[in-house]
Amino acid sequence: MSIMKKALASAAMATVMLAQPALADDVRIALVVKALGIGFFEAANEGAQEAAAELGDVEIIYTGPTSTTAEGQIEVINALIAQGVDAIAISANDPDAVAPALQRAMDRGITVISWDSGVAPAGRQMHLNPSSPELIGNTIIKLAADHLPDGGDVAILSATSTSTNQNIWIEEATKVLPDYPGINLVATVYGDDLADKSYREAQGLMSTYPDLRAIIAPTTVGILAASQAVADAGKIGEVNVTGLGLPSEMAGAVESGATVSFAIWNPIDLGYAATMISYNLLKGEATAEPGATISMGRIGEAVLDENNEAAMSDPFTYDASNIDEFKSIF
Amino acid sequence: MTQTLRTGRAIPDRLQSPAMRALRSWESILVAVAIAIFVTNSFTSPYFLNAWNLSDATFNFTEKAMIALAMALLIISGEIDLSVASIIALASTAMGVAMQAGAGVPMLVLIGIGTGVLCGAFNGILVAGMGLPSIVVTIGTMSLFRGIAYIVLGDRAFTGYPPGFAYFGQGYVWWVFSFELVLFTVLAVIYWALLHRTSFGRAVYAIGNNATAAQFSGIRVARVKFILFLLTGLMSGIAAVCLTSRLGSTRPSIAAGFELEVVTMVVLGGVSILGGSGSILGVVLAALIMGMVTFGFGLLNVPGIVMSIFLGVLLISVIALPRLFGRK
Repeated sequence: MSIMKKALASAAMATVMLAQPALADDVRIALVVKALGIGFFEAANEGAQEAAAELGDVEIIYTGPTSTTAEGQIEVINALIAQGVDAIAISANDPDAVAPALQRAMDRGITVISWDSGVAPAGRQMHLNPSSPELIGNTIIKLAADHLPDGGDVAILSATSTSTNQNIWIEEATKVLPDYPGINLVATVYGDDLADKSYREAQGLMSTYPDLRAIIAPTTVGILAASQAVADAGKIGEVNVTGLGLPSEMAGAVESGATVSFAIWNPIDLGYAATMISYNLLKGEATAEPGATISMGRIGEAVLDENNEAAMSDPFTYDASNIDEFKSIF
Repeated sequence: MTQTLRTGRAIPDRLQSPAMRALRSWESILVAVAIAIFVTNSFTSPYFLNAWNLSDATFNFTEKAMIALAMALLIISGEIDLSVASIIALASTAMGVAMQAGAGVPMLVLIGIGTGVLCGAFNGILVAGMGLPSIVVTIGTMSLFRGIAYIVLGDRAFTGYPPGFAYFGQGYVWWVFSFELVLFTVLAVIYWALLHRTSFGRAVYAIGNNATAAQFSGIRVARVKFILFLLTGLMSGIAAVCLTSRLGSTRPSIAAGFELEVVTMVVLGGVSILGGSGSILGVVLAALIMGMVTFGFGLLNVPGIVMSIFLGVLLISVIALPRLFGRK
């Protein structure tokens, strides 16, 4: 059914493309994703369409290979260069392999930015990260603190002790702890991103620390396993599980109450922001250089660091009020 | 009834069979399809008829088509090599290691091609030397070769190839004619001569039609097959040099899925998957068609899955058509 829909959509698209020269004034921004048919990216496209509607004179070309290969993305990039699109905003399958093709795009006057998964600096003008380690570290503590007005013991359930991302986030989280008086971090344990090990570590935390009020898991595997462990131990309402999770996986935990709220980037905002930034860059409203600020419409402003990278925003918080909307997306 | 069909197909003398006549015209069908696609593309997209754009489009297929030339011979002889993409991964990784050790451009090329030949020899020894079935052997080496690349690289990548190395995948010989396209053209002529103008080529057909009969008529079957695996490895090594140069980097997932696209190209070109028939011209035409379809659909921003469906239908028709002719 989805294939049928896509075939029809492409037929429609082909018809539209036939009429293309008439729409030549429109700015064409290509949103290149890792692969088509992934909920996360379909949602990003929704955000891009929202930005296009707001801007008025923008046509979004949502495209990508069928499987997540760099070679497939290069074929797509070549086709986009040939069409002379105005901008390419890409979530890359390989930061290095797509760089030569994107460099050629830039040589031919196309604005190129990367978002979500970045491209090596030589292959793009700027990169938009969904968030930053500082913002993520702060968010995961805040999520726990919000539901502990009187403070209490919290513990972190991470991936592996060598997971680069998690370690940076935890480091940033411990830095902001003094801002949350009463929140007492009692332990950091590692579930190795394995469901069963994470589950046992969460059980261990609850028995070792009887006063534990929250488990913070900055990993999608850990948060799911911990919420299951809390539910199985009958401690819903007593121990709150939070951290970074996927709405589709966490819907059950939010419903049962084991997790009051959790966070992750919002793909709709990401697609919206990438489109806004591309538009502003190609219209010359902003230049991609260290220290520059570029407007992202309703989301605010992106500030570029010395590597021409910017963080979009705090991770987006999901709870009972919006989980139903997002659980079908990713 | 199926029984008669089966024995009918096992009769080796295909050269005078109706299937051969159908095959003769297969190239003309491919030419017609290629022209049709070219014309359709020119009308549906204002960007298609542009020398530079067409030149860019050739990068979609040149590396795979180089391997398809050798694969065609291998499939005609009744064998197959599914490890070609993994050979690219291993050869590219070997080049990366050499690059980090400070090797210059000629050395890098030599190592890339050399690794390909060694991998081909390994396949060849197992299939031709020990008589193991090639589909099983090369499914094994497919995991083996890429596995080694993953062990060496993990989630890292080799970047920073010397500037001169970029020529093989990004350079132009003259005007819009890229190095890859020129190299492919030269190789295609060489393979055409090898298959259609030498006794080696005739031996390949003979083996594909009936290996036992070929053996009894004095053809050294194992030796020919070994050489064919060497050639496939060699072409994969050359493709690895081009692709690594084009990407400017090596990752263990490089060229993932290429093996099936190469086999598709060969079969679409009219080479019988059962061996014994096929031509280099057909394979070259099939490569052009696949490249133009991919590029033409890309220009219309048609989702890749529709391209896959189109190629799938094309492929099935290719296999079904001769059988329909055969039943007549």
